[in-house]
Amino acid sequence: MTERKIRVLIAKPGLDGHDRGAKVVARALRDAGMEVIYTGIRQTPEMIVEAALQEDVDVVGLSILSGAHMALCPRIIELLRRQGMDDVVVLVGGIIPDEDVEPLKQLGVKGVFGPGTSTGEIVEFIRQQVAG
Amino acid sequence: MDQSADALLTALLAGNRRALARVISLIEDDAAEASALLSALYAHTGRAHVIGITGAPGTGKSTLVNALARAYRAQGRTVGVIAVDPTSPFSGGALLGDRVRMRDLAGDPGVFIRSMATRGSLGGLARAAGDVISVLDAAGFERILVETVGVGQAEVDIASAAHTTVVVEAPGLGDEVQAIKAGVLEIADIFAVNKADREGADRTVLALQMMQGLAPAAATGHHRATGAPMPHPQPQPGPQEDGSWLPPIQKTIALRGDGVDALRAWIERHAVYLRATGGWTRRETFRAATEIERILRDRLLAALLASLPADCFAQTVAAVVRRETDPYTAATRLLTYAP
Repeated sequence: MTERKIRVLIAKPGLDGHDRGAKVVARALRDAGMEVIYTGIRQTPEMIVEAALQEDVDVVGLSILSGAHMALCPRIIELLRRQGMDDVVVLVGGIIPDEDVEPLKQLGVKGVFGPGTSTGEIVEFIRQQVAG
Repeated sequence: MDQSADALLTALLAGNRRALARVISLIEDDAAEASALLSALYAHTGRAHVIGITGAPGTGKSTLVNALARAYRAQGRTVGVIAVDPTSPFSGGALLGDRVRMRDLAGDPGVFIRSMATRGSLGGLARAAGDVISVLDAAGFERILVETVGVGQAEVDIASAAHTTVVVEAPGLGDEVQAIKAGVLEIADIFAVNKADREGADRTVLALQMMQGLAPAAATGHHRATGAPMPHPQPQPGPQEDGSWLPPIQKTIALRGDGVDALRAWIERHAVYLRATGGWTRRETFRAATEIERILRDRLLAALLASLPADCFAQTVAAVVRRETDPYTAATRLLTYAP
């Protein structure tokens, strides 16, 4: 009998090509026993939601350093909703100004993780969200 | 089957991709509904051509799968992709990155890509992959590409679920002895020498030909007098007069799409050959027999273990460790508890 694994999609929407952070998080989640689907850089919201749907993930982690988070996140959340995937936990990491954190959470982003976040914190957050 | 599973099944058969993804998860997780779902699905399977794509890391399998799927889409065929990557034996987690190379397929409703981790045992992978193939088959995908890293038994197991197995090689990745050791050559119906624009591609082709026993005499080191006739004419790859199949060796440059349509054509020819020679039925018979044997083994073991008195198994193990008895005698004794 296999246990149920937490499946996470890590994606980089938008045009910045800096994927170090996304890869570090992807590895940390793998090392925490999760199945991480990594999609690479320059993904459109449509591509991300399609991948999340096909892979049936519990969590979508978005890495955004371009400053376009207030444009990309609402679009992705809207597309997830349209697919009936409201239960998918959306997390954002990268460079997010403090004043944008609350509006993002209002939109439905469950967690925002800026520079300096320990990977353990993200692992713990995901476990709680998926269990709850 | 409960109502929600029934609704999922109906939605899946109607082409709902979310339902398809959900059913795959339930089967992968070996959830309570899994076997009922598979039973209900089975009548809708048997239409897809299942193609295994295997090879060492770095040969460009994912890129080749991407290109091959596009070639099939150009022919109007729908394509399901199962990309298998290893689970870390230490953490139980997995990093599944094959989608990075398959971005060309995004947004195409005729394609469905699913990444799969090997999870527990190798035998377990074969079970789950075989079942996920059935799900994509029932969902109506005409060609199913199963990509695995060529490292051993798991590939051989998955090959038993495929009608056609493509082994991907690339120049400069170790010598041919390595390939023989890995044991994946015997399962090849078709060889793809990918990254064929790289130096050494011809040598890789030659190494494969030598293993097939077909290399030109000069290349194998056997000298022959100038002008003497070749001892045997070179057989052409593909179907042979004696009813066998000689695996073709196709050069590809997946990144540019070179040779990919020729590879697709070979895969299609192999399916035609299988159907013409009864090989298709033979492979399906073998797969069904293996499948039933495995289920029987699992269930018989579970039934036996359930009927053992408490601690009996652990005590027997301890006795074997103390060398009071041997594993064979111990198993014989445990079998007397069989229900």
